[in-house]
Amino acid sequence: MSLIESLPRVRRLRLPRADGLIPWIVPLAIVLVWQVASVTGFVPGRVLPAPSDVVLAGWKLLLSGELLRNIWVSFGRASVGFIIGGGIGFALGLANGLSQLSSKLTDTTLQMVRNIPHLALIPLVILWFGIDESAKLFLVALGVFFPIYLNTLHGIRSVDPQLIEMGRIYGMTDGELFRRVIFPGALSSIFVGVRFALGIMWLTLIVAETIAASSGLGYMAMQAREFMLIDVVVLSILIYALLGKLADSASRLLERLTLSWHPAFQKH
Amino acid sequence: MQEALRFLRPDAEPLDRTDFIEQARLARGGLRSPSRGLPLTIRGLRKSYGDNEVLRGIDLHIPAGQFVAVVGRSGCGKSTLLRLIAGLETIDAGSIGFGEAARPEDVRVMFQEPRLLPWARVLSNVEVGLGRDRASPDAQTRADQALTEVGLDDKRGQWPAVLSGGQKQRVALARALVSHPRVLAFDEPLGALDALTRISMQRLLERVWHDQAFTAILVTHDVSEAVALADRVLVIEDGRIAHDVHVDIPRPRRRGSADLAALEGSILRDLLQSADDTSDL
Repeated sequence: MSLIESLPRVRRLRLPRADGLIPWIVPLAIVLVWQVASVTGFVPGRVLPAPSDVVLAGWKLLLSGELLRNIWVSFGRASVGFIIGGGIGFALGLANGLSQLSSKLTDTTLQMVRNIPHLALIPLVILWFGIDESAKLFLVALGVFFPIYLNTLHGIRSVDPQLIEMGRIYGMTDGELFRRVIFPGALSSIFVGVRFALGIMWLTLIVAETIAASSGLGYMAMQAREFMLIDVVVLSILIYALLGKLADSASRLLERLTLSWHPAFQKH
Repeated sequence: MQEALRFLRPDAEPLDRTDFIEQARLARGGLRSPSRGLPLTIRGLRKSYGDNEVLRGIDLHIPAGQFVAVVGRSGCGKSTLLRLIAGLETIDAGSIGFGEAARPEDVRVMFQEPRLLPWARVLSNVEVGLGRDRASPDAQTRADQALTEVGLDDKRGQWPAVLSGGQKQRVALARALVSHPRVLAFDEPLGALDALTRISMQRLLERVWHDQAFTAILVTHDVSEAVALADRVLVIEDGRIAHDVHVDIPRPRRRGSADLAALEGSILRDLLQSADDTSDL
């Protein structure tokens, strides 16, 4: 408790503008060293192109419209897969957290399936769906399902029973109890699941797109490899990093908005 | 600890101005509103958990508006009695009656833990106490009044996490009071507070009981708290009422007075004696 409370206080001591820049110092320094190493010939261009060449390649692809189209396709797959898998995981997590019967019925099965690495299903998925959109959506959905399911379930099970008793004493109906006590109590755990799931979402998508796809960022990288366009390969990797960061920031923002009561998220 | 408190009290009391006024108000006695509390009648009450019979036949009548303290060693069944009165457990045998049909809002409980919703601001936590009236248009006004009553109206927009232990417990009291209950059951509500906060909370409890005239049942392990606050102290031993002591000391009671100390001493002697008899201390 005291540690959690002291963390924001430490952050407050710094200037707000500098605070926003500090996380970017290390990435910028790496790019700078990389550029210098490439220009001086320390790292040959065939191994790793200079950052400026990567930016140039990105600019060309941007002008041709190819880059945005591929980003859009990948983003679409990622979000649709996330919504499907996360939605099902959330629903089952709620059901198994709230109902003993549902938990007895499905939890064991889900725990067994959970231990299969979902990427091991790729051969089977290709046989089932071909290299169609549905194959990638299936894999992403399967990948994000488990972290969201497990953390939703855990969040609901770990809501303070004393608070639930309090809610019942004060005459809350089941709906009210869920809305005012159980769901808010489970929320921080659900967000942990969402952030895990976002990481798995990109990972699955990259693998699926590099193996079997005809569009998207992974496909772009694989095509570039065929033609030895190493700058485009590096570009796709960097874009994945940026998209991952973006998704993480979005979930942090949501966390900050919905968990403002939590001592760890209080600004003052 | 007790020594230190005795030492503090003579200095602290005259300085506390609001308390002084309070004492004067209590002294006028006649102002107390006619009791809106409900009488409570318990007949042959039994409760066991598995093989463990916790309550072995409790017979008890509490007149409307009385302040009753229940003391006893841990595990004697005093908390179970309170949970049965509050309707949190099912009765094995016997009956509990409130004289007339009590609505759920008429009986409220306050626990040792504040049990506030950490994700709701202080005011909405108090609104929870309105029960089915939560949706009514005057809910916020009523919650505000209850907060003013416990002296926390300036904290209405705060998160519970920033309040101190005593303040959280006062919010819990406001939540219990907001529906104007006719029976209020306290399960060691001050057990987790430091000694000075306890004393000011005891005064607050006495004041709201005096103003709102509900029937109060206080479960506590602190005999001095019991004799300071209650009209009547019940000593529970082995699931039965072993002693029923009326505290005929006029209010306002002066903490540390010889009368209170003598009564406290005799109740403690009873408790310790029975402990020696069964020799499980």
